[in-house]
Amino acid sequence: MKELLKYLKAYRLESILAPLFKMLEASFELFVPLVMARIIDVGIKNEDMTYILQMGGVLVLLGVIGLTCSLTAQYFSAKAAVGFGTALRNDLFRHINRLSYREIDTVGTATLITRMTSDINQVQSGVNLVLRLFLRSPFIVFGAMIMAFTIDVKAALVFVAAIPLLSVVVFGILLVSMPLYKKVQKQLDQVLLTTRENLQGARVVRAFNRQEDEIRRFREENDLLVRFQVFVGKISALMNPLTFVIINGSVIALVWIGGWQVETGVITQGEVVALVNYMSQILVELVKLANLIITISKSLACAGRVSAVFHVTGSIQDPEGGAASEQKAEAAGGNGPVCRVEFDHMDFCYAGSPEPALSGISFRAMAGQTIGIIGGTGSGKSTLINLIPRFYDVSGGAVRVDGRDVREYPLGDLRGGIGVVPQKAVLFKGTLRENMQWGKKDASDEEIWQALTVAQAREFVEEKNQGLDMEIQQGGRNLSGGQRQRLTIARALVRRPRILILDDSASALDFATDAALREAIKENTKDMTVFLVSQRATTVQGADQILVLDDGKLAGAGTHKELLDTCQVYREICFSQLSEKEVREH
Amino acid sequence: MKKYHSTMRRILNYIGHYKWGVLVSLLLAAVSVAGTLYVPILTGEAVDRIVAPGQVDFEGLVQILIRMGVVIAAAAAAQWLMNHINNQITYRVVKDIRTRAFEHLEQLPLRYVDSHPTGDVVSRIIADIDQFSDGLLMGFTQLFTGVVTILGTLGFMFYINPLIAAVVVCLTPVSLVVASFIARRTYIMFQHQSETRGEMTSLIDEMLGNQKIVQAFAHEEEAQQQFEEINERLRGYSLQAIFFSSITNPATRFVNGLVYAGVGITGAFAAVHGLLSVGQLSSFLSYANQYTKPFNEISGVVTEFQNALASASRVFALIDEEPIPAEDADAVDLRQADGHVELDHVYFSYTKETPLIEDFNLKVEPGQRIAIVGPTGCGKSTVINLLMRFYDVDSGCIRVSGNDIRHMTRKSLRAGYGMVLQETWLKAGTIRENIAYGKPDATEEEIVRAAKEAHAHSFIRRMPQGYDTVISEDGGSLSQGQKQLLCIARVMLTLPPMLILDEATSSIDTRTEIRIQKAFDTLMEGRTSFIVAHRLSTIREADVILVMRDGHIVEQGRHEELLERGGFYAKLYNSQFAGA
Repeated sequence: MKELLKYLKAYRLESILAPLFKMLEASFELFVPLVMARIIDVGIKNEDMTYILQMGGVLVLLGVIGLTCSLTAQYFSAKAAVGFGTALRNDLFRHINRLSYREIDTVGTATLITRMTSDINQVQSGVNLVLRLFLRSPFIVFGAMIMAFTIDVKAALVFVAAIPLLSVVVFGILLVSMPLYKKVQKQLDQVLLTTRENLQGARVVRAFNRQEDEIRRFREENDLLVRFQVFVGKISALMNPLTFVIINGSVIALVWIGGWQVETGVITQGEVVALVNYMSQILVELVKLANLIITISKSLACAGRVSAVFHVTGSIQDPEGGAASEQKAEAAGGNGPVCRVEFDHMDFCYAGSPEPALSGISFRAMAGQTIGIIGGTGSGKSTLINLIPRFYDVSGGAVRVDGRDVREYPLGDLRGGIGVVPQKAVLFKGTLRENMQWGKKDASDEEIWQALTVAQAREFVEEKNQGLDMEIQQGGRNLSGGQRQRLTIARALVRRPRILILDDSASALDFATDAALREAIKENTKDMTVFLVSQRATTVQGADQILVLDDGKLAGAGTHKELLDTCQVYREICFSQLSEKEVREH
Repeated sequence: MKKYHSTMRRILNYIGHYKWGVLVSLLLAAVSVAGTLYVPILTGEAVDRIVAPGQVDFEGLVQILIRMGVVIAAAAAAQWLMNHINNQITYRVVKDIRTRAFEHLEQLPLRYVDSHPTGDVVSRIIADIDQFSDGLLMGFTQLFTGVVTILGTLGFMFYINPLIAAVVVCLTPVSLVVASFIARRTYIMFQHQSETRGEMTSLIDEMLGNQKIVQAFAHEEEAQQQFEEINERLRGYSLQAIFFSSITNPATRFVNGLVYAGVGITGAFAAVHGLLSVGQLSSFLSYANQYTKPFNEISGVVTEFQNALASASRVFALIDEEPIPAEDADAVDLRQADGHVELDHVYFSYTKETPLIEDFNLKVEPGQRIAIVGPTGCGKSTVINLLMRFYDVDSGCIRVSGNDIRHMTRKSLRAGYGMVLQETWLKAGTIRENIAYGKPDATEEEIVRAAKEAHAHSFIRRMPQGYDTVISEDGGSLSQGQKQLLCIARVMLTLPPMLILDEATSSIDTRTEIRIQKAFDTLMEGRTSFIVAHRLSTIREADVILVMRDGHIVEQGRHEELLERGGFYAKLYNSQFAGA
């Protein structure tokens, strides 16, 4: 958790000045009871009006100085806390973006989102409060004790007894409640999850008429949350009454001891009043401190959750020293068929799974080739292509691009040459142009239109009459599934990748569009190696090489004709979809 | 300001449900405050018993001190109980509002859900309500006690010495004016902050929710820049909101310092003239100190409350969203749908500017299989939105078994359909729960049978805990095809009279698909089915093929007929092999 402190470093000056000014304010406050004791013992005793007025003036002056110091402190601490929160947010966002697929799978998106939002907000307000009050309150508490010692040692011993007792109460309650707040936060996460789920699955929930059950489930989770909250609240609620009892018990002791000391002439009546005043000041400050500690305990719980995310490190990192990447371009430019992608006795297991998802995969894909990948559900098609851009690391063997192991490339270089069209067609809020520039940051309109044409998206984009400035809503909700798919294909094409991966990306397209799309890709991508993952035999039929996957193993590799003769699995697939005549025609 | 008041009133409405708790809490608050205020008087009396050497009345002192002890104990007990009750009330009110918001969510038209970012809505129900909860709790525990303390203090002070009390009263408004001035300024800033936070949550939701794509395109840097831009704006608003709201405390503390000085000076003058004892002056000073507390607290509460109100108004805005139109009182329960479906001059569009479906007519006989084909974006999924009544038609009407679906209970209409959408959605829970989603009381045998029919049984059995395997949010580690199989099993279990399949089999390999098709054939036997399909086999077997283009049905008929006609469908069909 300590590592979060580094975000305050840029605000070192503010972080030091804020508590300092607060202490300055506090010390002026500590003079007030002494001045008042003088008014009683000197002013009232001697009936000296001028003296009383002078001392009154001193009180006002102390107030003005206090206000100035305090405002300065508030500004510095707000600046430091907000700066801290901003930097922390930026860094956490960056860190989360560096996590690889493996970590995202295990941590879960909903958790990451709460930590990015409400947790950091809580930590930020915690920092603000600490800077403002965490030094001020103890300073007044101990300052009051020291002032008491200057008045009378015997009476000051009451302070010496009261302060540890108060600390035990305050910190005891704190220690007990802290882990409980964690539990509350966790339950809140659960409520968040249910809410999100219901928004995303609104159609299904309604289609199955399950609204009432969903509401019931939400109620249950909400009830549990309340039960946790009330339980923690009960413990925290002890704080104020207990401190009240201790402080006022101490006042009783002070007056009693004060009585004996006045009787023997050790102190004056005015000084007894000053002692009682100091004790009251302690109460005010302790109440603040107690509330502060509750807030801090919440913030600490949140800080722990935030820093836990920092401790999850991306399992996929750039190689040490960042191997030079120029050579590969030369390799690709050579004469004759060039091996673009090679799988060499590759095995792969998902995190926490004993069974390999893929095993013993070996094949070579040449530059300019189209590679079809076909196979049953769960046969490992998507997994296989996820290994090329190194979204996951292999468990055994190797994946090579342009002759070099993918683990030797800087990630940016590797992925920059690959265009991926994922199964789920997701677009982002913004204009069409901005979405297309995901593929290539500086893509010109001309390049974008070209990609849209190849992806068979030009026609519908033109129909919408807004051109590249067309606004796309979050998730591309204002487009149909097929439109979104074509745009995601265009997005990958914009970067003119050397390797294009289409992961069942034409599933929402009709035959005509699908066929036209494949034709266009073939024509426009002479040197590009294209991986086509599909369920449709017609889609992969024309590929230069078809990989048939069956239960994580390569069941066959070759052209359509070769496979029809040699691969039983492939034959089954083809005949299930097409007539005899259609199969043989090609 | 008006909005501010109406928000306030609505919050009070929610609190009204717990009026007895509130009453008891107020009573306890009064007891605790009275005790708290009585202690300084007793202290003052005690001080008057110790005047100077040799002039200390120990007997009286002991009595007063004992009384103090009792009062302290009573006040502390009342305070604890009050805190506890306040906690209960606050968390329950918050729970009520949160549940209300969630219930409303289930009532909102899909038009709302489709057009609002998930993150924004989630942030209202989670973060905003949380913020509101904090504000309300503080308001509860401190606002009332604060006010009572101020009134009580004034009462006691007037009782001891009206003159000095008058000095305090004259200085008090300054504190209030300062506090309310600051509060009003900060409300706007908190609202800016709240809005910017919503914007940020929305971006976070989008980027982290689709992190895999972000990474595939190495878009991290741009996302980061976009994030930092919003974050920077948030920094500005937060700094102002926090700073201005934190002025309140020192400002009121300064005013209270003035009160303290005023009490000191006038008190001392009064003491000199013998109108006040030193002990009473000490009580006054102690009051002046305690007087600090409620003002500090109230101003703290007020700032927190600004925050809470801004959040609450966002939550109420969600609750105020127009829900789906209520069902007619005489809405028909679709008992046994026979499968007659009729679309009669249907017009529909998502936005007024772009007409989508115009004059759509279709008559479906029971048991017919309707394949909807056409280029992407021609309005196929829109037809489903209308059939299921996720959206209402703009004009014309849709009839099921002769009844206008708008005069039918939504529940019975939707129960009549089994739906498998292109985008699979599963909930966090066990596989068993997911399959039984449409029929929660299904027996184990029924569930297994449905899974077998959907060819999901074999992969489920191989999972670590079989049917009890818990899948995380949105299907988690399941493959797209596996998710789809579960969605099919879900429908297999309910056996509705009508089916809607939206490209349902697009991610399932053809070998499995063949088996599923067979299962579907049995399922579709005698059932009206609407299939948005791309597969040849499905289309070939359809009774009616609707060829759609730009929201219109351009052709209608069987496969062979349409091929013979040589129109748009024939073009679509023949182009299938053009590229291979």
